[in-house]
Amino acid sequence: MAATRAALSLWRRLAALLGSLLGGLLAIGGVRAADLPEDTGEGLLHVYKGGGVTAAGPAFLVRKSVADRFSLTGSYYLDAVSNASIDVVTTASKYKETRHEFALSGDYVYRDSQITLGGSTSHEPDYTANRFSLDISQEVFGGMTTVALGFTRGDDKVGKKDSPEFSDTARHWQYRVGISQILSPRWIMSLNAEALSDDGYLGSPYRAAQVFGAAVPERNPRTRSARALMLRVNGDLGSRDAMHASYRYYTDTWEIKGHTLELGYSRYFQETWLADAYLRYYTQDKASFYSDNAQSETLYVSRNRQLSTFDNAAIGAKVSWLWRKEPGKYEVKFNGAYEFVHFKFKDFTDLRSGDKYAYSASILQLYVTGTF
Amino acid sequence: MSPLPRAGVAALLVLGATLLLGGCSSVSVPTVEPWVKPYERERLADPIMRFSRSALPEKHIEHVRDVREGSRGATGVQGGGCGCN
Repeated sequence: MAATRAALSLWRRLAALLGSLLGGLLAIGGVRAADLPEDTGEGLLHVYKGGGVTAAGPAFLVRKSVADRFSLTGSYYLDAVSNASIDVVTTASKYKETRHEFALSGDYVYRDSQITLGGSTSHEPDYTANRFSLDISQEVFGGMTTVALGFTRGDDKVGKKDSPEFSDTARHWQYRVGISQILSPRWIMSLNAEALSDDGYLGSPYRAAQVFGAAVPERNPRTRSARALMLRVNGDLGSRDAMHASYRYYTDTWEIKGHTLELGYSRYFQETWLADAYLRYYTQDKASFYSDNAQSETLYVSRNRQLSTFDNAAIGAKVSWLWRKEPGKYEVKFNGAYEFVHFKFKDFTDLRSGDKYAYSASILQLYVTGTF
Repeated sequence: MSPLPRAGVAALLVLGATLLLGGCSSVSVPTVEPWVKPYERERLADPIMRFSRSALPEKHIEHVRDVREGSRGATGVQGGGCGCN
């Protein structure tokens, strides 16, 4: 009993010590003022084409400050999808559908903190998703360090076209923490960690799995818990150019482990052109219940290739052209981005040919950005 | 708890606070101060050095990857949620 009291007392003291250290760290920073995000307008035309799927549409975003410390952001995003992917052509028929997403958020700045409260709602004929999020960031250590905490809660309603008897739900939780750190006048890094939890219907009512060569509806667990950690570094190389590197590690309770590596280079040309180029590599292990063609009856079984063993490699480029600029008043840029990505699956067979499946995709973005 | 660890914790508290607040110049341990001054951060403020430049194109590419890869999260980009898998 006495030992327990002593241990508790020690913990209290350690907590007090940590509190005092954190207090001292915050005090070094002194009182600074965080800036509100700039007033912005963005218009985007996006196209994804590959693997039998075309998804395209416009998107718009406007952010405007309504007082010294408060700004509002509204956005609309449309995805018009024409799907003749390998899943669809081997087990169902080609379809078209449209997804609309509306989002609204508010930023509030007080001294060296920023609080962002946001919500979004996404609608498809057979799926509705609502999200609510809260993010807080705080500059410390003389503005050299920014610490961020965030939370997102999601609620989905899952339906099935032409099957009114099918109705289910899914709930999502995301908790994130991040730190960005100025290392030197030329180098900056960030470390972000996120814990994600899902509960409910986490599959697709249209997708089939294969057991002993026969198609059966897929059966997924109703919970999933994941952890992700991402490290990023940006460095100014001195000739109006910069390099970017990032790595992300992902793991979850479905036993998927993923690694993402990205390397990029950016450079100004004359006063008005900025170009970026990057390489990205992604690889993952399959989920424990994934099977190309299961040879035993199990509680869970899926042939969702997103849960299989695969990798992809991408090469991308972006160009930004400054059209008009009035210092302190406004700035308008025209931008274009293109990415080519190749997916290679290790344990997902193309049922039409019997070969391991692979495909390439192109991602195109044309957008205008303005700050005012 | 014996008096020794209690005194030790109290001494650590005082030392930690003193060092961090930089109030005692006679202590030989150097204080940690922000070593990149605000006027030295001009290069870091350039768009070329930002982790995030435009919200919409980043949201799009994040969405494209989220619905095709098993991994997600920790990118700092807010996803919207959909039934696109």
